[in-house]
Amino acid sequence: MKFGVVMLPGSNCDHDTFHVLKNVIGRDTVFLWHKDHDLQGVDAVVLPGGFSYGDYLRSGAIARFSPLMQEVKAFARRGGHVLGICNGFQILLELGLLPGAMLRNKDLKFLCQFIHVRIENNRTDFTRAGKKGQVLRIPIAHFDGNYYAPDKVIEDIRANKQIVFRYCDADGKVTDEANVNGSMDGIAGLMNARGNVMGLMPHPERASEALLGSEDGQVIFRSLIEVLEHKGRKAR
Amino acid sequence: MTMIDEKTIKDHGLTLEEYASIVRLIGKAPNLTELGIFSVMWSEHCAYKSSRVYLKGLPTKGKHVIQGPGENAGILDIGDGLAVVFKIESHNHPSFIEPYQGAATGVGGILRDIFTMGARPIAVLNSLRFGPLDNPGNRAIMEGVVSGIAGYGNSIGIPTVGGEIAFEEGYSLNPLVNVFALGLVEKDKIFYAKAEGTGNPVLYVGAKTGRDGIHGATMASAEFGKDTEHKRPNVQVGDPFKEKLLLEACLEVMSTDMIVGIQDMGAAGLTCSTTEMAAKAGAGMEIDLDLVPQREEGMTPYEIMLSESQERMLICAKKEKVGEVQAIFAKWDLDAVVIGHVTEGGRLKVKSKGEDVVDIPVDAVVNLCPVYRRPIKTPEFLRKVSKLPEIPLPADLNEVFFKVISSPTIADKEWIFRQYDHMIQINTALLPGADAAVLRIKGSKKALAMSLDGNSLYTYLDPRQGARIAVSEACRNLACVGARPIGVTNCLNFGNPEKPEVMWQFKEAVGGMAEACRAFEIPVTGGNVSFYNDTEGASIHPTPVLGIVGIIEDIGKALRPGFRTAGDAVILLGENKEELGGSEYLKICAGLQKGVPPGIDLAVERKVHELCLEAITEGLLRSAHDVSDGGLAVCLAECAFHSGKRLGCSIDLGDRIRTDALLFGESQSRIVVTAGPRRAGKVLALARKRKVKARVIGRTGGRDIIVRVRRREVVRIPVGDAFKAWKESIPSRYKIKE
Repeated sequence: MKFGVVMLPGSNCDHDTFHVLKNVIGRDTVFLWHKDHDLQGVDAVVLPGGFSYGDYLRSGAIARFSPLMQEVKAFARRGGHVLGICNGFQILLELGLLPGAMLRNKDLKFLCQFIHVRIENNRTDFTRAGKKGQVLRIPIAHFDGNYYAPDKVIEDIRANKQIVFRYCDADGKVTDEANVNGSMDGIAGLMNARGNVMGLMPHPERASEALLGSEDGQVIFRSLIEVLEHKGRKAR
Repeated sequence: MTMIDEKTIKDHGLTLEEYASIVRLIGKAPNLTELGIFSVMWSEHCAYKSSRVYLKGLPTKGKHVIQGPGENAGILDIGDGLAVVFKIESHNHPSFIEPYQGAATGVGGILRDIFTMGARPIAVLNSLRFGPLDNPGNRAIMEGVVSGIAGYGNSIGIPTVGGEIAFEEGYSLNPLVNVFALGLVEKDKIFYAKAEGTGNPVLYVGAKTGRDGIHGATMASAEFGKDTEHKRPNVQVGDPFKEKLLLEACLEVMSTDMIVGIQDMGAAGLTCSTTEMAAKAGAGMEIDLDLVPQREEGMTPYEIMLSESQERMLICAKKEKVGEVQAIFAKWDLDAVVIGHVTEGGRLKVKSKGEDVVDIPVDAVVNLCPVYRRPIKTPEFLRKVSKLPEIPLPADLNEVFFKVISSPTIADKEWIFRQYDHMIQINTALLPGADAAVLRIKGSKKALAMSLDGNSLYTYLDPRQGARIAVSEACRNLACVGARPIGVTNCLNFGNPEKPEVMWQFKEAVGGMAEACRAFEIPVTGGNVSFYNDTEGASIHPTPVLGIVGIIEDIGKALRPGFRTAGDAVILLGENKEELGGSEYLKICAGLQKGVPPGIDLAVERKVHELCLEAITEGLLRSAHDVSDGGLAVCLAECAFHSGKRLGCSIDLGDRIRTDALLFGESQSRIVVTAGPRRAGKVLALARKRKVKARVIGRTGGRDIIVRVRRREVVRIPVGDAFKAWKESIPSRYKIKE
């Protein structure tokens, strides 16, 4: 299968994500340039973290207008798999592919640290390689990760099991203290109703090699590969 | 045209003698723009006119050196066809006037120095000094500086992986912001700042020129009075997004064969890049200011030449490749405009609106600034501060322990580090807080280690000794993670060099640094001198900061700080001595900044490092941590904190010295290591072979830190309580009271 990593100006986790998919996980991976209209036949699109267009306005607010994003939007509407990491998550919200918005972290500071998230739903294309309730140790690095949505939306995404990850402590307990950025309902990762688009604030590509302190992030990439390679085999 | 009178000359920070040399060198009276060019290029900041005579004494040669001092940054060979490009620079003055932008552009500036040589920056470290946090003004400065560093570094995507932060009254009106950056480059892709080949086009690339930062370099070359508020327009404003684009575009251009040379526009902007690039090639340059992309209307030639607008570079391209260079910059949505060309004859000619506005020899501007051997004098105060009064032994050493551990200089810095993205580029093998920053090199077994160190109190009490210790401590930090040092950059922060006492401090410190670098056989590849760190007449403590780079041959062997398992032997390499002078303990508990700093024997120090490195290579150790600020007690506590599971230790000491000196004295050349019980003997045998004093001083285990001296318990502290005090000290100063 083939991954495509989006290169927007200022997407500075593009090379990290590319490195992990290509050299650690070992799958064909290409960069997708923001001025192009070509998705190069990829099976899944990854929107990496960073500061697209400098994020001088609301995070991700400019990125949604880039030519490539129109293709990504169409790809998602056709059922293509799209994973948004950190700034990528923010862009998915701005694109309207996921509901809700991001506010500044509750302490009004940028936060870069290892945190824990719990898999709330493992019957998704992004988490099927993991177990329900499994705790993953993955770093975050963001200023605007305080997830917000109107109560009605929170009710809906809860009912549809769209909440994929919640912030938790090392033992898997969801607490206010573990919810470092103040997200509503402790939401760290969220998918659309159809289940082909997911955004998450933690950086799985930073937790995919033992040398860097954790390999827990691989669960997400491996889940996608399971689904997409299985689909590929079926199609053949 | 403005008359060049005495006042104009003085306003430009030049002396009448210097003005006379300019007239002699260029064979005419300069016009105002020409005078402006000389004033920045001959400023202390750009010309090193007071420091040069002493800097010549530093060792600059070694087997790893590809580029020593004199370029944008130093370069060291790290094998496998790779090299590291690194440098440290100060941004003290701007950070005091406008903390956020001052610090942010400090990061932006040093990064350009790295990628202008073809290297991709992979790490930033910083050395920060502020006044005490009990003062709200200092809290605001620190908050601004930290957000500025974070704002720029996080956005451009280069990790801030380590550094040091200290607090001291003298920095209240003059904080220090020293930024170190390091980049990785293939050895055959290194670029230099030269404009060669008559007729080759000169391109201006990056952001447009505005009126910001005019005379920034000159500002950094004078003392501050009470009117610093007026200097705000001298501070540049950073745009990390623009610099990210500039970085990618420049590296893309440099991966091909399109350009001859490239230089960033940092201090003194267009003036510095045009004259230096031409002077390096023995050539001249002609440019037309009408072609310079400008963000404001009506800028004069003087303003355009002296603007320090950020995120700009000057490129000398190959004549036939201009179109290709411009195409790459267009891809990244950046201006790339031919503004002139290389000429013969060594003159800088600048045109504006069809008129010649500058015509001067570049050699005079770049190379012929007068060099001063300024008067020196041993400061009077030294006699007063070197003697320690009688110090009563404290009754409760547990209480002292808590005071020392919560001193912001010693306390945990996570509140700061977690505002920096320290993991981006996914190379960070050791998180901030370790003895040194460690980065893996993708596709290699090797890793890079970096440490920044300085101790201004030691240097205040004895500049030579303080500098020797700073070099030693940085190398010791590298030894603790398993790295061998290969090169040094330095940032020398001092007061006004026109004061003979300051110049004496400088001479002594550089002398001490040279001794230590020779002892460890590490070359100095460049650095930065920041003089005039004086506000309202008071100079800061002399503060040399060393940035040392080392190599770990096998990243699998890099040691993490902190006790690993219960029951390990705690071994002290080196000796405890009765040395209290200049210690954090005396400063915190007795309010004394006095005494003689700890002694140091550089040969012994080096033997301790070699022993530690051998034991790590042999796989004998489970942890290693150096003894520095706060002494043995703080070292043991930090080992417990970094264990990740609040693992305590039980220590028995027999030394016949004052108990406070034993616990909190800062004797040098000491490392605390732990080894499994069956390996401890091997470590001691290795120490005997290398003639280093070493002994088992206790065991890891339990939930308390317990220290006994000749069987009498002097300290017993639950790790949890100590951890809390250490962890919460800095954040508690920023808590909003509800």
